[in-house]
Amino acid sequence: MIEVRNLSFSYSNVNVLDSISTTFEQGRIYGLLGANGVGKSTMFKLLCGLLTTKQGTIEIDGCSPAGRKPSFLSKIFYVPEDFDGPDMSIANYAAGVSQFYPNYDAALFARLLGEFEIDVTRKFTSLSLGQRKRAILALALSLRTDYLFLDEPTNGLDIPSKAEFRKMVAAAMDENRTIIISTHQVRDVENLLDHIMILDKRAVLLDRSVSDIQKEYWFDVTVNAPADALYVEPGLGGCCSISRNTTGEESRINIELLFNYINSKK
Amino acid sequence: MEYNEHKPIYLQNVDLMQEKIVHGEWPEEERIPSVREMGAMVGVNPNTIVRSYQLLESQEIIYNKRGLGYYVKSGAVERIRENVKKEFIANELPQFKAKARMLGITKEELIELL
Repeated sequence: MIEVRNLSFSYSNVNVLDSISTTFEQGRIYGLLGANGVGKSTMFKLLCGLLTTKQGTIEIDGCSPAGRKPSFLSKIFYVPEDFDGPDMSIANYAAGVSQFYPNYDAALFARLLGEFEIDVTRKFTSLSLGQRKRAILALALSLRTDYLFLDEPTNGLDIPSKAEFRKMVAAAMDENRTIIISTHQVRDVENLLDHIMILDKRAVLLDRSVSDIQKEYWFDVTVNAPADALYVEPGLGGCCSISRNTTGEESRINIELLFNYINSKK
Repeated sequence: MEYNEHKPIYLQNVDLMQEKIVHGEWPEEERIPSVREMGAMVGVNPNTIVRSYQLLESQEIIYNKRGLGYYVKSGAVERIRENVKKEFIANELPQFKAKARMLGITKEELIELL
């Protein structure tokens, strides 16, 4: 479990996170959403010890990431939004990196690369953005760490790769893992998420499971907005609206609409 | 798989599973994919898939053999047909009737078209 308490961070004079507290539990895939600049990537870097702060604490399984203990680092992996990769082959890079991860599954890596149609002998420097991204995502999933942080994982992926990516993540998930995906491309990953966290600079605006959200809110598209709607946006085919769920039935969550609603209330 | 805009994903997955059972792709008294395998097939979170399995289990469409996995219950095809038929009559038919009325399609025309 990840426990974040009163976490603050600023780059020289720019505050990005201001006294944030939250927890991330095992067995869930979190969608970490937030406007540009609220500190999603900063949060990831703090969680894996790439950045440190004196304000607030982070504990992952009781360990502080800032300590950068090898036993702790072997449990987490972070895929940044822009991964350039070194001037070496994917095979060599994976051979080096995987040394630090005792749960690494080489056969899984080979299979995922195959599904992504990536040749393991290629150098990162000879690959396109999307190919590099596929290579590092395949490696990240094969390291089988307890914690996996993916920053905008579908950026740069082509349409078939996005579907492959969803299948790979769903297959990789089990009750011991925690996967946090930050994204603005909500549609790419919405079926993967079972928990939504909306981050703002000064607060976690929403932190709930998808099924709880569906039990509380009713998402609909109608010709006219319902009279008791909490939030309405004009859209294709009518008004997209969020109302209180009074029926006990569930509708399909519209994460973009929910995000706009929650942000409009703050 | 194409997902419908309005129905929750776990219910859309129930529809998919019921189709496989009705079409005989998953025969009665045979094992079906595990929750994780199903999640990986469709690219959906396993916790969402669990809800589909729970619903189908409560409707006696599938059952869990301890340590072996989920199996299609005998008589499942018949029960699915009954359930879906009830749903069709309650939800889809009224919409269909309303549309036919709006378009001024007569009963005779409808029978011919069907």
